[in-house]
Amino acid sequence: MFRKLVFILLSLIILSLNANAGSDGELVLKKNLNQKNVDKTKDCFEKINRATFAFNQGLDKAIIKPIAKGYRNLPDPIQKGTSNAVKNLTNLITIPNNILQGDIKLAFINTGRLVVNSTVGLLGTIDVANKMGFPKYEREDYGQTLGAWGFGPGCYIVLPVLGPSTIRDTAGSFANVLGGDPWYNASIHGNNQYLNESLFITSKALSGINFRSDNIESFDNLEKNSLDFYASVRSLYLQDRENKIKNNKRGNIDILYKDEQDWEEINN
Amino acid sequence: MKMKKIFLFLLFYNLNISYVYSVTPDVFIQSTVNGASEILSKNISKEDKITQLKVIAKDTVDIKAVGYYSLGSIRKNLDNNQLIKYLNLFEEYFLKSFSSRLSEYTNPKIEVYGKKVLNENYTMVNSMLIATSDRPEVKIDWRVYTKNPNNPLIRDLIIEGLSLARTQKEEFASILNSNDNDINVLFKTLEKFSKN
Repeated sequence: MFRKLVFILLSLIILSLNANAGSDGELVLKKNLNQKNVDKTKDCFEKINRATFAFNQGLDKAIIKPIAKGYRNLPDPIQKGTSNAVKNLTNLITIPNNILQGDIKLAFINTGRLVVNSTVGLLGTIDVANKMGFPKYEREDYGQTLGAWGFGPGCYIVLPVLGPSTIRDTAGSFANVLGGDPWYNASIHGNNQYLNESLFITSKALSGINFRSDNIESFDNLEKNSLDFYASVRSLYLQDRENKIKNNKRGNIDILYKDEQDWEEINN
Repeated sequence: MKMKKIFLFLLFYNLNISYVYSVTPDVFIQSTVNGASEILSKNISKEDKITQLKVIAKDTVDIKAVGYYSLGSIRKNLDNNQLIKYLNLFEEYFLKSFSSRLSEYTNPKIEVYGKKVLNENYTMVNSMLIATSDRPEVKIDWRVYTKNPNNPLIRDLIIEGLSLARTQKEEFASILNSNDNDINVLFKTLEKFSKN
């Protein structure tokens, strides 16, 4: 109960911070149907963000990256099985978000995927649904749903350990622990002998290590070739989120460039 | 008579050149990536690969335009000398960064499978980096400047929906914003990158 209260208070603080940061009229976390405004994301807390980013980089170099490298040395079937299992669990968040975004058909498909993979696919370790020809899985979360409903991103923030986010996406993440993630509910509040808090934490840690392991070279390459690594990561994160909210499988030029006129002005 | 022959020869020669180099954006991209793949598949040092990739990039990428775009509207406030200095520094930075990014891939196979004409100046070409056992497939789109159809040029690379030009532009803007829009700080940063 106390934990819930803390989460609610934190959410309210973050939302109120956003309202203050957006009081110049640019970045209010409110229903904003004007796409031009939705696209603008201000780095309101850049100094703190850069400090957190540096902290995360230190943590990554000291702990996360070495673990991810070690994880890569595990036999392929173990890596694949782990990757499939943690991906399968994300269906539990994707399905309610499919419904909240009005995509009932996709919610049914993803429910089918979850059932098949959790049973025939041995607790999700084998992606049987993919082999059966289910459509490619597209993950959804509450931040995306808020975006799809027209809420602007608010300020860009870097969270300790978790990395880049926005006020909207962080608020969306709180929805997971406020009842929006059945996996969290079952393992933390489920009162059963099979699921518990450490299992939940392990699944989240494995998900993070799996992601880091998949991106060791890409991150190294990006860091090596960036003039300002922090700004590159911020740009890529925001572009990725915009694409996901718009369900863009390919780059949409309105999202990509914000102002197409910038290109049109440049003629040889 | 001789002059006439020379004239006719030159005329046909030019027509032939125009014919040879007039390529559609998708064919242009496929031939460019084939060239790059060939270099990346060679059994040569990484440095040699980078040198050869730079030659391809110089021929096929509109580096000047990418430089202007990356700089954003501040370019309108620069004098001629600053612009020339910027473009020189940018070219060095871009070639190093671009070729270094590409050189990480070994034996990549890219298939061009579609295009979308945005307007008379731009076409978006769609391609796919074919999956291997080590990596999944990667969608790559190419923004091609087609104002001169005989000389199409790449202006942006969009990997899985993420624009390289926009990322670069936001990176430059961040450096400038943190330093009171002082262009000299950007110059120094570009110089430092190219020298390292």
